[in-house]
Parts: sequence; C-alpha cells; structure tokens
Amino acid sequence: MAHAPQSNFENPVVNWIDQRLPIFTMMNKEYGSFPTPRNFNYFWNFGALAMFVLVTMIVSGIFLAMHYTNNTAMAFDSVERIMRDVNWGWMIRYIHANGASMFFIVVYIHIFRGIYYGSYKAPRELIWIFGVIILLLMMGTAFMGYVLPWGQMSFWGATVITNLFSAIPVVGESIVTLLWGGFSVDNPTLNRFFALHYLLPFVLLAVVVLHVAALHIAGSNNPLGIEPKGPQDTLPFHPYYTTKDIFGLTIFLIFFASFVFFAPNMLGHPDNYIPADPLVTPAHIVPEWYFLPFYAILRSITFSIGLPFTDVVLIDAKLGGVLAMFGSIAILFVLPWLDNSPVRSARFRPIFRWWVLLCLVPSFFMLGYAGGKPAEQPYVLIGQLGTVMYFAFFLLLPIIGRIEKPLPLPASIANPVLGGNAATAK
Amino acid sequence: MRRLRTLLAAGAMTIAGLTSTALAAGNAPVPPAQTWAHGGVNSFLSFFKGYDYASVQRGFQVYKEVCSSCHAMHLLSYRNLLDVGFTEAEVKAIAAAQEITAGPNDQGEMFTRPGLPADRFKSPFPNAQAAAAANGGKAPPDLSLIVKARAHHEDYIYALLTGYTDAPEGFELSPGSNYNKYFPGNAIAMAQPIYENGVTYTDGTPATIEQQAKDVTNFMAWAAEPKLEERRRVGIMVILFLVFFAGIMYAAKRRLWSEVH
Ligand code: HEC
Ligand code: HEM
Repeated sequence: MAHAPQSNFENPVVNWIDQRLPIFTMMNKEYGSFPTPRNFNYFWNFGALAMFVLVTMIVSGIFLAMHYTNNTAMAFDSVERIMRDVNWGWMIRYIHANGASMFFIVVYIHIFRGIYYGSYKAPRELIWIFGVIILLLMMGTAFMGYVLPWGQMSFWGATVITNLFSAIPVVGESIVTLLWGGFSVDNPTLNRFFALHYLLPFVLLAVVVLHVAALHIAGSNNPLGIEPKGPQDTLPFHPYYTTKDIFGLTIFLIFFASFVFFAPNMLGHPDNYIPADPLVTPAHIVPEWYFLPFYAILRSITFSIGLPFTDVVLIDAKLGGVLAMFGSIAILFVLPWLDNSPVRSARFRPIFRWWVLLCLVPSFFMLGYAGGKPAEQPYVLIGQLGTVMYFAFFLLLPIIGRIEKPLPLPASIANPVLGGNAATAK
Repeated sequence: MRRLRTLLAAGAMTIAGLTSTALAAGNAPVPPAQTWAHGGVNSFLSFFKGYDYASVQRGFQVYKEVCSSCHAMHLLSYRNLLDVGFTEAEVKAIAAAQEITAGPNDQGEMFTRPGLPADRFKSPFPNAQAAAAANGGKAPPDLSLIVKARAHHEDYIYALLTGYTDAPEGFELSPGSNYNKYFPGNAIAMAQPIYENGVTYTDGTPATIEQQAKDVTNFMAWAAEPKLEERRRVGIMVILFLVFFAGIMYAAKRRLWSEVH
C-alpha cells in the first residue's frame, strides 16, 4: 500500500498514524468524499439502518451474555434475573429481543429496495450474493437466539425446525443427532446453540464488510437505475448522506423505541414466558413472525411427488416442504441471472414494476399471514397460493424481460433531478 | 412527498402483517376487556399509567392466604414487596412468618430458620412431581409470570378466576376437574379458588369475588412486569428526545440539501 494516495491531515497525530497506516485516508475516501448518486430516496437509508441494528444486537447481546446461564435448568430463570435484578437488564433484554424483529423489518425492506430498483444486476451481483448470505446468517442466528431463553416456544420451535433436517435422505437422521448433540433437544443443544449464537453475528459482520467493500467498488445504484455520468450526478457522502442517514436513523429509532418501551412483548409469543417442558406440547407451535413466510412455504407442500400411475414416492411431502423452503432463499442467489432485462429500475419497466408490487409483495404478506395460522383451510390454500406466486415471480422473470418494452431512460441523473438544467448546476 | 407516503404505507402494511400473527385462543370465548389502572402489561397506549398499589397489596394478601398453598411464585423475593408499598417492618414480618430450609451449616447439616427479606417466596411443594401428586396429576403452575404467559393477559386471568359455573347439560367432567367458561377445553383441575369473603381485607375493602379476582390479578401483573412503570417513564423521555433530535436533523438536512436541489 506504499503507493496509496495519502492526504495531509492538519492534526499531527492523525497525520503520523495516516503516514503509517492510511486508515484516515481510507475513511475519508469511502465515507467522506465518496461520490454518491444525488437522487437517493429514503429506501437508501435501510442499509445504514441494518448496520446500526447489527451493532446494537452485538452490544446488547454481549451484555446479556454476561448474565445469561447456559444450562437447561437455569437458562429461563437467568433471563428473568436479567429482567428483574440486573441494572437496566429489562431494557437490554427488550432491546435485544425486539432488535431481532427490527433487523428483519429493515432487511426485508432493504431487499425489496434491491429488487424494485434492480440493484442486483451487473456489476453488483456479488453485493447481492453477499446480501443473501447475510440473510441466511441472520436467520440462523435469530433462530438459535430464540432458543436461549428456554421457554416453551424456544424448546418446541427448536424441536420442529431441527427435525426438518431428518427429511434429507440417507444422512438426515445423523444431521439431526449432530444438531441436537444427542437424541432430543436438550442441554447439549442449548450449549451449542449459545456458542453458535455468539459466533455467527461476528461471521455476519465479516460478510457485511465484504458486502460494503464490494459496494464501494461498484458504487451505489439509485432510483433511476442509471450510472452516474460525472460529478454533476453525485454528491460527496459526507455531509449530504451522513445527515440524511442520521435523520432516517432517528425516525427509525422512534419506531424501535416504541416497541422496546411500550410494547416489548407484542412481537413475542406468550408461551415463551412458560419454562420449556418436553412433556407438554403447545397447542400451536409458531416461529417468530419473521420466519412465518418461510414456514408457510414449508407447510404448503402437503402432497408427495411420485412417478405418475405408480406408488413410487420420489419426494415425500416433508422433504418437498423442506426443499421448497430452502429453495425460496436459494432462488434469490440466481435472481441476477433470471432477470435478463438490461434496465434496472422498475420505474422504467412497466410490467416488472407491477409484477413486483402485485405478485411478489402480496405473496410475502399472504405467506406471513398463513404461516401464523393453524394448518387448516383456508389458511393452507392461502399459503399454497402465496407459494405459487412467490416462485412464479422469479421463474417468469426471463419471459418478462423478453416481452417488456422499457420506457426511455433519462440521459443522466442530474437531468431529471434538476429539471433539465444540469449544465447550470454547480 | 410521494415517496415518503409510499414509505409510510409500507410501514403500515408491515405492522398490519405483524399484528395478524396474534393467535386465536382455542375454543374458549375471548375474555371481556376490563379496565386496569396500569392499562395492562402489554398495552401500548398506556404511556402514563401505573399500578394501583393498594390493589396490588390486597392482591398479595389474597395470594398469600389462598393461592400460595398450591402456587409458587419463585421469581419473587420478599424484599420485592417494598416496591409495592409495604414497609420494611411489614416485609420483615412477612418473610419471618415462613420457615426456610437453609444450610448446610459447618456440621454439614441443613437447618430451618425464619425467612429473610432476601429469600425467594417459599414454594408450597418441593418439586413439580410433588405438586402434581397433590393436585390430582396437574401441577399448579408458578404464578410469577402467568399474566405475561397467557394470551389476553390480565383479562384472561380475571375471567378465569370469575368464570366458574355449573357444567352445561351433556358436558362430561372427569372427576377432579371443574367447569370453567374461559379455560381452554373448559375442564380445569383447579377448583374455584375465590369465594365471597374468602379473605378479610386489612384495609376494610369488601371482599367480593370480583374485588379479590381483580386485586390478585393486579398483584400477578406487577409480579410479571415489575419494571413496567420505569420502562414507560424512560420510554417517554427517550421518545421525546428522539422527536426533538429528529426535528433538528430534519432542519439540518433541509438546509444542507437546499443548496443542491
Ligand atoms: C388447591 C390448589 C389450588 C389453589 C388454592 C389455587 N390453585 Fe390455581 N391452579 C391449581 C391447579 C391444580 C391448576 C392447574 C389447572 C389445570 O391445568 O387444569 C391451577 C391453575 C391456575 C392458573 C392457570 C390457568 C391456565 O390458564 O393454565 C391460574 C392463573 C391460577 N391457577 C390462579 C390461581 C389463583 C389466582 C389462585 C388464588 C386465588 C389459585 N390459583 C389458587 C390449583 C390451585
Ligand atoms: C445478528 C445478531 C443477533 C440476532 C438476530 C440475535 C437474536 C436473538 C434472539 C431472537 C434472541 C431471543 C430473545 C428473547 O426472546 O428473549 C436472542 C437471545 C440472546 N442473545 Fe442474541 N442475537 C444476535 C446477536 C447476539 C450476540 C452477538 C450475542 C452475544 C455476544 C447475543 C447473546 C444473546 C443472549 C445471551 C440471549 C439470551 C437472553 C435472552 O433471551 O434475552 N446475541 N438473540
């Protein structure tokens, strides 16, 4: 890095450090003068919000871990001790429990933004792929975190979800035994889940670093989906977007704090205030709300797939459900190649736009609704319809790309923003 | 502005999606909503409400005299009662009335001593098996968190305690179970615990069934969420600060961006 361009800082200490390790130069390049499209809307706040929530989860989690006892006989009471006897423990725990929900709200909106404005397309495919990996890591982390307080839903959720792996042919049962560390969800399960729950957020953080590093190579997309053509199309990240991000963060914090301080248990399940009891099965086992869409996909495969006109079952319903559920995430990885339209932003894609808003978005809400209901009609049907819509959204993209006539793209970002007076803008 | 509206709509839809995950509560009817001084442990729009401590204290009396022979509340310590307005002397006396097994002493033997304020509430049974054996196979649940551990919270507990009636024609009650309108399945192993004048309130409040049910529910609500008032108080300050700060940031952002728009 000896040849890296370096700045001259006024502060001699900063300068001394920067000569030897140019972190200040780097910070300034990536977050100070970094040229950023001038036309972001508020959807572009959600990346910074996700980063903020991740840090909040790690900090609150470390404080919880200082008081949490990782043993089936004591875990539940240790969480209650945090709630009652640790100074500000109730707040730390409610921040952490609701923070997980906030994380998913923010990330789901962030992903929607990426899809709507075509941010996954070249040259940003890797950024998108890192993002899907982040989503998977979040899901694993949140699932294992929910097991830690060792309430009824912790225990039974863990039992149901780990059991899914038994659907995998040949090795399934061994995988389940490995996950459990025995022959049922028990103390070894709790121990390894805690170890992994502590580890995964830091793996996640590393992937976030890659996600952002790749972003700073390609630069940000923007609501028009066209690349900046020169300095008139961009603004330095600081102070313009730092200010806008902090404003957005404050609004988000009002939303977050409303849950933490006024409705901290609204997103949780009452049964998780009952200590885990392997002998009593809850009436309805439901995962946390952010898993409900995927849970609905899992349950919507109610039929086996076999060779026609024979009794040979190739994929039974359970395995089919598991495949569909993992497939619903896996399909995100190939989205950049399914969508072959050269135009990014849905604003200029008359079919794609409504395809997102009337197929993908409703399917997600339908699945979330069906996932929280018992496995009866009409909920199963709603879930199945949602599943078909969800997969249809992705699988029909190649056709849409071919038949759609995109609207004419603006000449540059500055052009529509400044009403055609780009030349006069300073 | 249009974009902001889209954003708000997206937010509203998220919330609608979230609240729809609330569960249907089986076959029992929805318990009627009561008014609670603190609004309910899970109530959102109760920013300035707090517990009715006179009622919480009476509720403790009901718990101590009626429920504690079957139900533990092992997450509470006697010292916690200071928070609901009992005096130090009263708490010491309440604790000392219990015989606590402690030890081992330096001879290696367990011994009994009068309870101290730092002791947890004494449980009526040594373990869940003993509790179940003494109650026809159904262990009475610990009541420390019961208000947060049931859908409909206070309203459900109140409805349950006042919901004992004769079983309707044709309803098969197995021996040892009792008919309750609000219990899921309607057959509960707990006999009606609260009767008219089952306790004599020290503050002279008439001990009707409704009054006792309300008081003991208030007590259990406080036991389940003892930091409710602190939480709401801090929350109001946090929200006020954030709204103020958002205003400043909005002004700063507007001013900065007015140069480039
Ligand atoms: C004679 C013992 C006994 C007494 C006294 C008693 N209970 Fe119970 N209680 C039980 C048993 C047994 C159960 C379990 C019932 C079942 O699961 O069928 C129970 C269950 C409960 C439940 C849980 C109901 C549910 O939804 O699962 C609550 C709440 C409750 N009792 C409150 C009280 C209160 C308040 C008092 C005092 C006013 C009290 N009980 C007094 C034995 C008792
Ligand atoms: C990606 C970030 C994280 C997510 C999404 C997450 C999610 C969760 C969830 C959903 C719970 C259950 C909350 C409840 O209902 O009580 C939980 C509990 C817990 N988490 Fe995390 N967590 C994250 C990071 C961390 C980190 C970094 C640590 C520790 C260093 C940690 C430590 C704990 C502990 C000790 C508990 C048990 C206490 C409790 O249940 O309140 N978490 N986590």
